[in-house]
Amino acid sequence: MPSGKRRVNKANPLASAPKVSAEATSSKRVALAKPLSMEEMKQMAKKLRRHIITMTAKASSGHPGGSLSSVEIVTALFFNLLRHDPKNPRWPDRDRFVLSKGHAAPLLYSALAETGYFPLEELLTLRQLDSRMQGHTDMATTPGVEMSSGALGQGLSFSIGIALAARLDRRDYRVYVLLGDGECDEGQVWEAAMAAAHYKMDNLVAIVDRNRQQIDGWTYEVMDTEPMAEKWRSFGWHVIEVDGHDLAQILAAFDETKRIKGKPKAIIARTTKGKGVSFMENNLDFHGKAPTPEEAEQALKELE
Amino acid sequence: MTLEMSTREAYGHVLVELGKETENIVVLDADLARSTMTRLFADEFPQRFFDCGIAEQNMIGIAAGLAASGKTVFASTFAVFAAARCYDQVRMSIAQPRQNVKIVASHGGVTVGEDGFSHHSIEDLALFCSFPNFTVIVPADAVETTQAVRVAANTHGPFYIRLGRPKTTIIYPENYRFVLGKAVKMRGGQDATVIACGLMVAKALQAADNLARQGIECRVINMPTLKPLDAEAIVEAAKETDAILTVEEHLQHGGLGSRVAQVVAKRHPVPMSFLAIKDFYSSSGKPEQLLEVHGLTVEGIEREVRALISRKNQALT
Repeated sequence: MPSGKRRVNKANPLASAPKVSAEATSSKRVALAKPLSMEEMKQMAKKLRRHIITMTAKASSGHPGGSLSSVEIVTALFFNLLRHDPKNPRWPDRDRFVLSKGHAAPLLYSALAETGYFPLEELLTLRQLDSRMQGHTDMATTPGVEMSSGALGQGLSFSIGIALAARLDRRDYRVYVLLGDGECDEGQVWEAAMAAAHYKMDNLVAIVDRNRQQIDGWTYEVMDTEPMAEKWRSFGWHVIEVDGHDLAQILAAFDETKRIKGKPKAIIARTTKGKGVSFMENNLDFHGKAPTPEEAEQALKELE
Repeated sequence: MTLEMSTREAYGHVLVELGKETENIVVLDADLARSTMTRLFADEFPQRFFDCGIAEQNMIGIAAGLAASGKTVFASTFAVFAAARCYDQVRMSIAQPRQNVKIVASHGGVTVGEDGFSHHSIEDLALFCSFPNFTVIVPADAVETTQAVRVAANTHGPFYIRLGRPKTTIIYPENYRFVLGKAVKMRGGQDATVIACGLMVAKALQAADNLARQGIECRVINMPTLKPLDAEAIVEAAKETDAILTVEEHLQHGGLGSRVAQVVAKRHPVPMSFLAIKDFYSSSGKPEQLLEVHGLTVEGIEREVRALISRKNQALT
């Protein structure tokens, strides 16, 4: 019995979640939205980058760097790959996208708005009091957000739970979880990596945004996570390495994950933090700092 | 004849019953299934049981993911690991999103005994009560445990239920019905009130019996639900007995005593006293020896009640 209500909140979306019955049978893998073409996805990626800049500039805070590095990964998922229904965010058969690196919230919100989970105008309320666009993701508040994140290292464990539920209920949805490479410093990530392989979770795909930067510097200086691919492989995962800004490579990798049975899959996506804006690329200042109005103006010019 | 059964054993049995009644229950453990007694469920329903290995934080995340997908999840380990090791995971994945996860932890308090301070869970109630959205229960015996676990299974939201290791006197008849958030007046009395939870309730009842023989009528209240607290029962006791002693197998800050004191201070201030684990980490030892160290004995309760009544009388004159 929860004692005390969240200040703003509306109904708890979880409380009204449809009851999942064990008798449920596999659904057909029907795509609800038409996948975008390669050219359309490229345009969409640019659009998402523009949203990230506009939102964080308006909020005067937020994390543009790690949002920009994951843009192509999220674009491929939301505009080509995921089976989901923005009109029914709690559809039990939806594919799940779990954002473990919760500071990339501006990116996730942009993708959710562009696919129709909520109006685009709402993006501009990022980080405001009582907004559904919370500073880090909040599953109890925002439609389409699968997990509350912001404290790192927890999304892979959560995703295993969702993937196990699919197995128990004989549902055929897939679970995609996006981690940061700095996040892989957290020990819990490796507890989960071990468990996913142990449970043979082949409906689970982890994508590591390998932008090689974390707040205090380059990952090889702060805490060296190389050899990243070898680590996942040795934990029993099928590993694919891609250029994380090449949509064709990303889609091919996702395709490969569908063919591999009996083990979880990891995509190591080599990316550039701040990608797409010249003065933000590989610039640590923009991990957790918003662009000034002037910087935003210049960034948007570059993203025209 | 005094019947005895550990609360963890009662948990193991009721889990199996619940598993038979509903398909939707999933149970997790972190390599302690034989001690927390979830092994009984695992043997019966191997498909719905997952041993997460010695990785409690990962277990909490998995529990949250299962719950987010519609499952009623029970996750068990020792109380000390559930609370201290997984605090952030519980906060992020279970408390804030109000997930339907029941953390049922055995080996609460110092009655773990010989394993020593690393296994004595003395802070868990403070930690779990500190989470918004959480319901926190400390059953007094095996009968109440069975009831509380059933209520938790049928009530949406995060629960923490603290169980004990040792065999414990059964104080309730089979037909007892636990009501969430309600205190139980175990015995009447006007001279003072003892409010206890968990294994301390049986000791409080014994102490009250002894005090009655000395002409002191002591009310005894079992407070199984620490959050949300039954404030009305506390206020009534304060008004009618003018003195309250709390007794708990937990540090004196953040647990039953602190929570009752907040109600008393605000609603009807009366002299209070607190029997609890003292502010230090204990040595290895036999459970009864450790309780003795902290004054958590029948004699200790009697002593505190008598001292409290003299303070009350001084205050009244």
